[in-house]
Amino acid sequence: MGLESITQTTAPASATDALTASTTRRRRVPIPTLSHLGLSATTSVGLGIVAFWVAMALLAPLISPYPPNATDVIAVSHPEPSAPHWLGTDQLGRDILSRILWGARRVLTVAPIAVLSAAIVGTFLGLYAGYFRGAIDLVISRIADIMLSFPVIILYMIVLTLFGSSAINIILVIAITKAPIIARIVRGLTLELREREYVAAAKMRGESALYIMLVEILPNARGPLIVDMCLRMGYTTITIGVLGFLGIGLPPPDPDWGGMVKDTYGMMSVWPHMSLIPCAAISSLVVGFNLLAIGLRERALRD
Amino acid sequence: MARFLLKHLLFLCITLAVVSFLVFMLTELTPGDVARKYLGAYATQEQVDLLSKRMGLDRPVLVRYVEYVGKILSGDLGTSTRFRVPVKDIIFDRLENTGLLALVSFLLIVPLSMALGIIAGMREGSLLDRFILLLSAVLASVPEFAIGVFLASIFVVTLRWLPGTATLRSGGGWSIAAQMALPVAVIVLFDLGYVVSMVRASMVDVMRQPYIRTAILKGMSFRQVVVGHAMRNAMINPVTIILLQINYLVTGVVVVESVFAYPGFGRMMLEASLYKDIALIEAGALVSVFIAVTTQILGDLAYMLLDPRIRS
Repeated sequence: MGLESITQTTAPASATDALTASTTRRRRVPIPTLSHLGLSATTSVGLGIVAFWVAMALLAPLISPYPPNATDVIAVSHPEPSAPHWLGTDQLGRDILSRILWGARRVLTVAPIAVLSAAIVGTFLGLYAGYFRGAIDLVISRIADIMLSFPVIILYMIVLTLFGSSAINIILVIAITKAPIIARIVRGLTLELREREYVAAAKMRGESALYIMLVEILPNARGPLIVDMCLRMGYTTITIGVLGFLGIGLPPPDPDWGGMVKDTYGMMSVWPHMSLIPCAAISSLVVGFNLLAIGLRERALRD
Repeated sequence: MARFLLKHLLFLCITLAVVSFLVFMLTELTPGDVARKYLGAYATQEQVDLLSKRMGLDRPVLVRYVEYVGKILSGDLGTSTRFRVPVKDIIFDRLENTGLLALVSFLLIVPLSMALGIIAGMREGSLLDRFILLLSAVLASVPEFAIGVFLASIFVVTLRWLPGTATLRSGGGWSIAAQMALPVAVIVLFDLGYVVSMVRASMVDVMRQPYIRTAILKGMSFRQVVVGHAMRNAMINPVTIILLQINYLVTGVVVVESVFAYPGFGRMMLEASLYKDIALIEAGALVSVFIAVTTQILGDLAYMLLDPRIRS
């Protein structure tokens, strides 16, 4: 604020510019006051969307009106949304609402397992590389370089068609490709944190390296890691959807959002709801994760 | 400079060697041998054995890998088992198509992302900034196939302005430009979100620097400060990221190509993988890694040329 008042007095030519700058600044005030409650608008909306889908996933067996793979023969000729099928049915007469709910359950099982395994392996490798440096650091960093440069979607296609696409294989291939990248982030954080006084103090006390890494360094690196996990949950949801759309995702007949789009995309001109609904579902879930990540990052920067 | 190039070329060679070895081993060691993948599930064991012998597949893996590398180095990429023609006849056609898609998209992404990123980042926290930030977050969240479905439901199904497929053939009476419109739109929208947020972050960072405050205190107008001082420096970091998008545009657009049946490189790789067309998979993997590492080197090079602190 002080800056603008100076510009106004010293430079009359730029007064209009400075004035507009200061008015936009003032208009911004209501947004931060909302965030003083603890959660910013971005965080709450993101959290709300994610919580909604988690609840749907948990409650799927209780609230879904039909079994996910049950076909309604009569509905095949009239698949549009109707009283018995709120979101309509797909090309085989399966209830789309039930398949969306069970699909949420599936993606919210596979994605967190994949992200968590990548995070656990990556965190250990990164802590080790950053704390001990040396040859292991070099090896991990080079592998991360190669992984980052390799177009992962092509790697997924090759690996999943050769080994077959099952939930386990999808989790493994995501964890293996993402762990080195997470390791690189953790390594960077560790390099910085290992120079802190409390690490030196722990070393003086004679604590083991494992203790220092897990109790002294890791908790202090948690902020950026949580933001990264949120972003990565979003990306992984997209990845699982994309694999499903390409026909190499979670195996049918159980519902998978990407697979639902793949099966019905050709019928877009007649029954657009069959592919629009799963597209809306996956997009909203990823928007939720990304808003949550943005909100958490802003909060971390403010503190 | 020479040292920089040498170091990166060495990395390129090592990466290519590692990837060629991994892909070769992957196709060798997975269930079902090469001759079986070639002949399909209904061939008799006798046929498989005969072909294995003729292709020299009964010799040790390592010997064959060395032979394979020798062939690649002499420019022979092998023969596609699915199309029964040399791999290079297929792969470069497809790369050309994808190149066209990538070029048009790239030419749109660069100016759009720079403009939006700078406008958002020059006044951090302003309403316009919040709006652009939110918009880019939402755009980056929608998977490409979903953007494709949303756009197709509007422009193909409802308005009937554009074709739903982009096979690049004149069938259906649609011009090439009309066919390319939706694939390009999907790529630009999906990629824009990420690039805008990167440009914005860099701009925000620059606007916080002391020399910007000095320029304002000196009495320069806000426009002069942004155009004359901030923009150039704010471009240093994003240039690397923008160049890395070439990598995504060439090898990552498999989804867009699948949505619109576009005869590009990504879809070729998907089909090669689905049909276990091993020579095509191996060559395609090498080409994509080559493109990926080369764009990375270009990115580093651009960074070095733009940032005077690193150049010395």
